[in-house]
Amino acid sequence: MSLELASIRYRYAGTSAVALGPLDLVIEPGRVVGVAGANESGKTTLCLVAAGMAPGVVGGRLEGRVTVDGVAAAGLRPDEMAQLCGLLFQRAAMQLTHTTATVFEEVAFGPCNLGLATGEVVARVRWALDAVGVGELAPRDPTRLSGGQGQLVALAAVLALRPKYLILDEPTSELDPAGTQLVADALVRAARETGVGILLVEHKTDVLARIADEAIVLERGTVALHGPAAGVLADPRLAELGVEPPARDRLERDAWAAGIEWSDRLAEAIR
Amino acid sequence: MDSRPGDPIDGVPDYVTRRSTGFYRALNPATKLAVAALEVVAVFIVPGWPGPGAVFVALAVTALASRTTRALILIGLAASPLVISIMVVNLFLVPGAADPIFRLGPLAPTVTGLGVGLLTSARLLVFSSAVALAYVTTPVDDLLADMSRRGLGRRGVFVVGAAVQMVPRTLERAGEIMDAQRARGMDTEGHIWRRARGLVPLAGPMVFGALTEVEERTMALEARAFTAPGRQTLLRVPADTGLDRLLRWLAALALVAIVALRVSGRIG
Repeated sequence: MSLELASIRYRYAGTSAVALGPLDLVIEPGRVVGVAGANESGKTTLCLVAAGMAPGVVGGRLEGRVTVDGVAAAGLRPDEMAQLCGLLFQRAAMQLTHTTATVFEEVAFGPCNLGLATGEVVARVRWALDAVGVGELAPRDPTRLSGGQGQLVALAAVLALRPKYLILDEPTSELDPAGTQLVADALVRAARETGVGILLVEHKTDVLARIADEAIVLERGTVALHGPAAGVLADPRLAELGVEPPARDRLERDAWAAGIEWSDRLAEAIR
Repeated sequence: MDSRPGDPIDGVPDYVTRRSTGFYRALNPATKLAVAALEVVAVFIVPGWPGPGAVFVALAVTALASRTTRALILIGLAASPLVISIMVVNLFLVPGAADPIFRLGPLAPTVTGLGVGLLTSARLLVFSSAVALAYVTTPVDDLLADMSRRGLGRRGVFVVGAAVQMVPRTLERAGEIMDAQRARGMDTEGHIWRRARGLVPLAGPMVFGALTEVEERTMALEARAFTAPGRQTLLRVPADTGLDRLLRWLAALALVAIVALRVSGRIG
């Protein structure tokens, strides 16, 4: 049981350049795989391919295989894929329908599209809102939320489809530290309570350091680093790959360089 | 969908199943659209002043009773540039008009032009007010839910919803772009020429931004199972009472009657 990308090579329509690949990746249920990389390293393309949007919706040419729990993504309709792999984009505003009056109805949009019984829709909406800790927002107007709240509602809307895997494309990129904290907490809660496998693309390596089990760093569409998150995020090659190391690692490095003895106690005090 | 229109649905919170209340507002969206359609047809098909006059009286009474007068006045004011241009064009350029009010060099506004301009302006204002009254008294989600219940496909419903919401979203986006341009030193205040120049850097990002959003929004909809087969579940269904059905039938009959009278030459 896993979301598996095998021997992937993807080209966008109208281009001959390979935007992603060669690449192999496995995301298992309950695990968080963090993805970092410089701009245009293929992070968003990886998300689109993993979620079946490329080539399904955006076109282009895909070599290799994407399988979800052994089923080839290429043979699934978009709505079937949406129930297996939830996709969350950077901007909450783009994901909300702007046709609903309340957050409750916004989150219910997906389950309603599936034609589920009303009781099931209600149960899913309440569960999804609680899973990301925003149950109290249910009566609010979804267009009048803060950035962090909007992103959490968008996450709840994706979770309401009960996907087995979540693909998150820089969900905190437009958020301030407080909003980032909210989303990171919600992801931890979602992973713990729902057991979904998460592919999390994130520039903020502090977030990855906190919640990712393993991490990969992309460079020109290929995997430059891959391994347990703690090891990858402490790798001295990160800066060369255009990725800023987590604050703790930068501090530790600077402390050693300045002749200050680093200790876990010091790290904890700074944190 | 097992529930009848207007019934609360088990488990769905009250803030979702809420019903619109108050005079005219409580009517079913389809009823308000039918009345608006009748008013629009009457304004344009009935010759002379009786059409717009009668519809204006009906609209004024409805607006007062439904407390929407202010919104309608604002919409009327928004149409004023168009009204002014209609008046100017007709005053001076109605073909064959030979009854000048006065002469000022080559310019000669005519009595005929004044009459045509006033009637055209009245038709425009009453027409836009009829549509606006239906809009301001109908929550968008009521309209969409009712359209879904009547069998309009989810694509059609979404297109209507997106179109209705486009105006406030576009204004919001224009404000954001304007703020960004101001932050970069663009002067958008003051003299009208300066304001006009400020529109150039606004238009580009607006148009191209909207185009690039289309793909992202398409993917966002796909990610929420928008294209799933079968009927959507409806969480709220606006009330559709006997009064609604009666009003729709009356509106339909009146509409047919007006068209028939006009075609047969009994009026006009």
